[in-house]
Amino acid sequence: MRNILNPSPRIAKVPLHKRFLMYWVNHFQQAIGSLGELWRTPMASLMTMAVLGISLALPASFHLLLKNAERVTASWDNAAEVSLFLQPGLSDKTTQNFIQRISLYDEVDAVTYISKEQAVAEFREMSGFGNALDYLDSNPLPAVVQVTPKPQHASPAGAKLLLAKLQQEKEVEQGKLDIEWLERLHSIINLAVDSVVAIAFLLLASVLLIVGNTIRLNILNRRSEIEVMKLVGATDSFIHRPFLYTGLWYGLIGGLIAWVLTSSLVLWMESAVIKVAGLYQSDFRLLGLSFSEFLFMVGLASLLGLISSFVTVKRHIHLIEP
Amino acid sequence: MIKFEQVSKVYSGSHQALQKVDFHLKQGEMAFLTGHSGAGKSTLLKLISLLERPSDGKIFLNGNDISRVSRRHVPYLRRHIGIIFQDHRLLMDKTVFENVALPLVIEGYGRNEIERRVMAALDKVGLSDKAFCIPVHLSGGEQQRVGIARAVVNKPPLLLADEPTGNLDPKLSTEILKLFEAFNSVGVSVLIATHDLGLIAKMRYRTLTLKNGKMSSDGLLGEGHA
Ligand SMILES: Nc1ncnc2c1ncn2[C@@H]1O[C@H](COP(=O)(O)OP(=O)(O)O)[C@@H](O)[C@H]1O
Ligand SMILES: [Mg+2]
Repeated sequence: MRNILNPSPRIAKVPLHKRFLMYWVNHFQQAIGSLGELWRTPMASLMTMAVLGISLALPASFHLLLKNAERVTASWDNAAEVSLFLQPGLSDKTTQNFIQRISLYDEVDAVTYISKEQAVAEFREMSGFGNALDYLDSNPLPAVVQVTPKPQHASPAGAKLLLAKLQQEKEVEQGKLDIEWLERLHSIINLAVDSVVAIAFLLLASVLLIVGNTIRLNILNRRSEIEVMKLVGATDSFIHRPFLYTGLWYGLIGGLIAWVLTSSLVLWMESAVIKVAGLYQSDFRLLGLSFSEFLFMVGLASLLGLISSFVTVKRHIHLIEP
Repeated sequence: MIKFEQVSKVYSGSHQALQKVDFHLKQGEMAFLTGHSGAGKSTLLKLISLLERPSDGKIFLNGNDISRVSRRHVPYLRRHIGIIFQDHRLLMDKTVFENVALPLVIEGYGRNEIERRVMAALDKVGLSDKAFCIPVHLSGGEQQRVGIARAVVNKPPLLLADEPTGNLDPKLSTEILKLFEAFNSVGVSVLIATHDLGLIAKMRYRTLTLKNGKMSSDGLLGEGHA
C-alpha cells in the first residue's frame, strides 16, 4: 500500500541519480522553452529587449565618455608647473645654489631659470608693451624659477604640496601654481561622475520595473495554465522556473543589445574624433568597452532580469490558487 | 483511504457549505457523492484535494491528518490524487500528449518513461490516435477522457471526479463510468460527485447523499432512506 503522505514521494518514485540528471535536463529544456516562448511573439519581445538595451546603453555610453575624458585630462595634469619668484637682490651664487638644492627634491623633475634680463626680453617679445619698460629706471621683473614636478606629484593636490614646500625656502618671495582651471575641470568631472552614477541607478531601476511588469503580464496571461499546473501537483518553484528564465533572457539579450548600441556609438564617433585629434596633432583614439566591461554589462543585465522576475514571480504566483 | 470526522466548511460571507460531515471511504472502494445543486459536493472534493481547508473537523488520507499539512507539502499530496473536473481544465494550446504528460513532467520523469506512460494512459481511455491533436478539435466526451488520462497517468491510489459526465449524453456517460470501474477494479479508490441519479441507479454502488451541507444518507441508493 502506498502512503499518500510519504514525506518525499518524488524520491520514492524516481531514483536519485536519475532525478539529479533530469533536474538539469529539465532546467535546460525550460531555458530553451522560455526562449521559444519569447520567439512566439517576436515583435513584443524584441520591443521590450530594445527598451532594456537602450536603458542599459545610456549609462554605458556615459561611462565611456567619462573614461575617455579622464584619459585626456590625465595627460593635462602633467602640465602643472610651479613658478617661483625669487627675492630681489640675490647674488648669482645664492641663486645657483638654490636651483641646485631644489633640483634634488624628490618631487621635482626639472628646473628652468629665467633671469631678470631674460624675463624682460621675454616680456618685450610677448607683450608688445616693450617700450614701456624703457621709461623705468630699473628692471621691475623678478627672476623666475620654473619647477616641473615629477608625474606622480603633478596632480593638483601634489603640486600644491610641492608649492607649499618650495615657499618655505628663504630665497622665494612668492610661489604660484596655475592649476585653478585644472581644479575646476576636476570638479566638473567629479560632478559628471556623480550624475552618471545617479542616472545609471535610475535607468537600472527602470530595467527592474520593465522586466517585472513584463513578467507580471506574462503570469496573468498564463493564469489558467498555472492553475492547472497547481492542480496536478506542481510546486511553486517548478512554476517559477520558466518565468525566471524569461527574465534572464530579457536581461541577457537586453545587455547584448546595449553592447551593440554602445559599440556602434563608439564606431560612429571614432571618425569624428580622429579628425579632431588630427587637427591637434594628437594620436588620441576613442576607447570602447573592454572585454571585462562587456562581461560586466551583460552579467549585470542578466542579474537584474533574474532578480526582477524572481521578485515578481514570488509575489504573483503565490496568489494564484486553483 | 478517506475519512471525514465532524468536518464543517464555512465560506467567508456565506452560510455553512458543509456541516459536521462524517464518512469513511475504504482503500479500493468506489462510491458516488450526490445531492442537489449547492449541497456541498464540490466543496467536499475540494477539501480532500486541499483546494479548500476545512473550518472545523478532521480529514484523514490514509490515516494521516491533512488538515494541518503545510502549504509547501500540498503539491506533493496532490500528486497522489487524480482529479477530474466537469470542465476538464485542459490546456487548450497544448496537444493531448502534452496535457496528459504534465503530471509526469512535474514529477521529473525522463522522456522515454513519459512517452511510455502517456501512451499507456491514452490507450486505456481509447485516445491513442488523438495524441497529437489539440483539445479544441476533440468532442466533449473525448476531452473528458483526456482529463481522465491526465488524472491516472501517474497511477494515483485515489481518483476524485466532480460531475465528470455533466455535459455528456447518457451513452457517453456510461462509457466514462465504465472507465472508472476499470480503474477501481485494479485497486484505485474512486469518489465521483454527480447529481445524475439515473446513472447512479444503473451502477449500484455505495452512494453518499448530501443535503444542505449535511450527510443525509450513506449506502446503496434506496437503502439509505429505509
Ligand atoms: N468559493 C466559494 N465562496 C463562497 N461560497 C461558496 C464557494 N464555493 C461554494 N460556495 C457555496 O457553498 C455551497 C456549496 O457549494 P458546492 O460545494 O459547489 O455545491 P455542489 O457542488 O453540491 O453544487 C453553495 O451554497 C455555494 O454557493
Ligand atoms: Mg459542484
